[in-house]
Amino acid sequence: MNNILYKYILGIADNCLILGQRLGELCGHGPSLETDIACTNISLDLFGQVRSYYQYASQIQGEGKSEDDIAMLRPEREYLNVLLVEQPNTDFAYVMTRQFLFDMYHYLFLQKLQESNDNTLEAIAKKSIKEVSYHLRFSSDWIKRLGDGTQESHDRIQLAVNDLWVYTDELFHQTEDDKVMVSNGVGVDTSVLKDNYYNSVSEVLISATIEVPESKYFQKGGKLGIHTEHLGFLLSDMQYMQRAYPNMSW
Amino acid sequence: MDELIEHAEIDGELIPILDEVADPEIPVLTVLDMGVIRYAKIIKTREAIVKLTPTYSGCPAMDVIADDITDAFTKAGFKVSIELLLAPAWSTDWISERGRNAMEAYGIAAPLNPIADKAALLDGEKIVKCTLCGSINTKLVSQFGSTACKALFKCEDCLEPFDYFKCLK
Ligand SMILES: [Zn+2]
Repeated sequence: MNNILYKYILGIADNCLILGQRLGELCGHGPSLETDIACTNISLDLFGQVRSYYQYASQIQGEGKSEDDIAMLRPEREYLNVLLVEQPNTDFAYVMTRQFLFDMYHYLFLQKLQESNDNTLEAIAKKSIKEVSYHLRFSSDWIKRLGDGTQESHDRIQLAVNDLWVYTDELFHQTEDDKVMVSNGVGVDTSVLKDNYYNSVSEVLISATIEVPESKYFQKGGKLGIHTEHLGFLLSDMQYMQRAYPNMSW
Repeated sequence: MDELIEHAEIDGELIPILDEVADPEIPVLTVLDMGVIRYAKIIKTREAIVKLTPTYSGCPAMDVIADDITDAFTKAGFKVSIELLLAPAWSTDWISERGRNAMEAYGIAAPLNPIADKAALLDGEKIVKCTLCGSINTKLVSQFGSTACKALFKCEDCLEPFDYFKCLK
């Protein structure tokens, strides 16, 4: 049971880590100083959340690993994040669309995780949701600003939405382990979030004059450790120090 | 001093020690003003436990605060152990009145109530007061400012930029 809980925590935490790393790549490269700072601040919130999750995961695993070991010393197949968060920073429209599609899910997920009968997960959820409500405000705001902005910004958001849409369904997939966690009251039954998610996302997109994609074809795999080609590159960058100087510490 | 510890359990004898520890990011506020000390008790002679809660999950100041508290207690002749608490989650309501005033004097607009905060950050309502000239003719520049807990504003009368400490509840 402990191993199932351990993997369940990683599934939540890895989303934060990988998205945090993607946003961190923008440090010094944002389109303006304000958006640069905003993206890195969101990244910092996510890294903070991830520390709480990994500290707890390490305690559950009981092998004396540190949060850094869990973050840095796994091969690609052991990262359990959804495919959406590993997608690259193609342009600012992709960055904001990826953020928005994730934030909406993240917010709804944490709302439910607050009801977990696992006290630590409940505490982390209650702490994180306050931060995530700001992330969601920020990304929704940009979707509207760019979608309902110039022709160019509109087209770019539409393109990003069309492209990233295939990764949204995976947010609601439940692995066998997830189902065990749901049945014992620890995990969140994501199937009940789905309608609310698509309704809320559509509402923002429509107000941003963006067409809601109708595609029924979706990508999946991340939750089982099978990733898009982008994650390998991200990890080789993120794990560089540990590979070059094994066991180094700050 | 009582209002500083309204939401927390803190031994009176330890208050002067904690009140010497400044917040590393807003040094005019002490850790008591920020409301991050949830518990501080003497467990036996010259030995104490302090429980801290982070403002934001990723607050990089937490480690520095823990070190500074250890130093302050050591100087006062105490051995101290520090624990990090996640629940209940920190709220800007825990910032003391003295802290809010000090923050404003330092140039950071203090947090509004949740409804006003939303109106200021999302609907662009002019309600955040410029910390320099007091005008409310101010404009949101960015929802995220110099740190995760602040938003960046600009005064359209005196033209100065300033931080607003976002409401977290
Ligand atoms: Zn002014």
